[in-house]
Amino acid sequence: MPNASLTFDGPWVLLRQPLPRGLDSDKAVPTESLSASEQADRQRAAWMAAAQAGDQRAYTRVLNDSVALIRAVARRQGVAVDALDDVVQETLLTVHRARHTFDPSRSYDAWLSAIAARRAIDLLRSHGRRAHREVHDEFAFDTHADREDASAGTQRHQDAERLRKAIETLPPGQREAVEQLGLKERTLAEAAERTGRNTGALKVNLHRALKTLRDRLHGEP
Amino acid sequence: MSDAARHEALIDALGAELTPVRRLLPPWRRALGWLAIVAVIAVGLFVRYGAGTMLHRWSVAPDLGLAACGAVITAVTAALASFMLAVPGRSRSWAWVPVPSALLWIGASGMGCLRAHIPGMPVMDLHGANDCLIFIISFSIPLSGLMVWLLRRACPLRPVLTAVLVGLASASASASLLEICHNFDATASDLLMHTVAVGIVVGANALMGGRLLSKA
Repeated sequence: MPNASLTFDGPWVLLRQPLPRGLDSDKAVPTESLSASEQADRQRAAWMAAAQAGDQRAYTRVLNDSVALIRAVARRQGVAVDALDDVVQETLLTVHRARHTFDPSRSYDAWLSAIAARRAIDLLRSHGRRAHREVHDEFAFDTHADREDASAGTQRHQDAERLRKAIETLPPGQREAVEQLGLKERTLAEAAERTGRNTGALKVNLHRALKTLRDRLHGEP
Repeated sequence: MSDAARHEALIDALGAELTPVRRLLPPWRRALGWLAIVAVIAVGLFVRYGAGTMLHRWSVAPDLGLAACGAVITAVTAALASFMLAVPGRSRSWAWVPVPSALLWIGASGMGCLRAHIPGMPVMDLHGANDCLIFIISFSIPLSGLMVWLLRRACPLRPVLTAVLVGLASASASASLLEICHNFDATASDLLMHTVAVGIVVGANALMGGRLLSKA
């Protein structure tokens, strides 16, 4: 569960909510009265507000600063240590997509924690679904030890066909990134030159494509 | 690639494609926009049917007035709760806000079936009750569609719960609009049809709206 002090903002908050503060309102509020974590939260809120206006430097700072908090939230949700970084990646992508929903008059940490908690729950659910379908290692070894039988080649061919079809259904930008970087193994610079896209867009498209493919091939929506 | 490097690469990539964004309006203002559309439809119905029949029903049977107030308040609170829940970081307790008014709406409608009939007012048969069902569903479809479209611009982290509230807001708004041209006394069949209509609208939203919002 996210920190209660960060999420206690039910309907009754309207009655006691302070007036919205602007980006420079830190100057007006006596910061010495705030705790260190509240000051850090306000700083991140100001960075995100600047990022909403297009400030790249503020954006990378707030995202870098968010990683530790995302990991902490995911840990509290019960995500295993080796899966924490998947939650971080998914949360960063959601933050990017939903950055216009952040209200700088409110807590950045509460906003981020809600997104991170949801992405952590999504990951736990998808792992749960996968665990139902997958066969336990020892059991698999006992019952399916001989994998290189006559059907193995057919299976590989079918898998490749499924992957090819899944790639074909990707949006054009994502398909292009997979083809250039994954299948043709071009460097980012070469792929950028051939497609006319910048390297950042190619990286994001590749990341999204891999997530989509992973979900589709594991039978998730 | 180590995890720290993966995060750094993603952050760099996201930073590189950063563009300025228009901040989302506060939820209460977005809810007001949707309610304004409902109000425009209500004005149209008042122009067509007038307020005389509605006020006569309410003066003779105050429970019907109470039920109508409950429906209107439910529409307002459920719409506000939907827009609130679509923004990350807002409390889940917003989902409870429409509950008291919904109970008033349902309770007062049920009470209407227990008292004596309003003199001179027709009692609804099954055919008329079907018309109520069609009215509520017909108005709920565009109202739900509009709200889902508006909510997709936000980031609903609880898509099904948000969609249930969308259904409740649309159904209660439609029931409120029906009140303007509902020239019948309350009966059990009428109440049953209203309940079925609201159930269909809320259920359909939970199924379809939830899917649409989860892809937002």
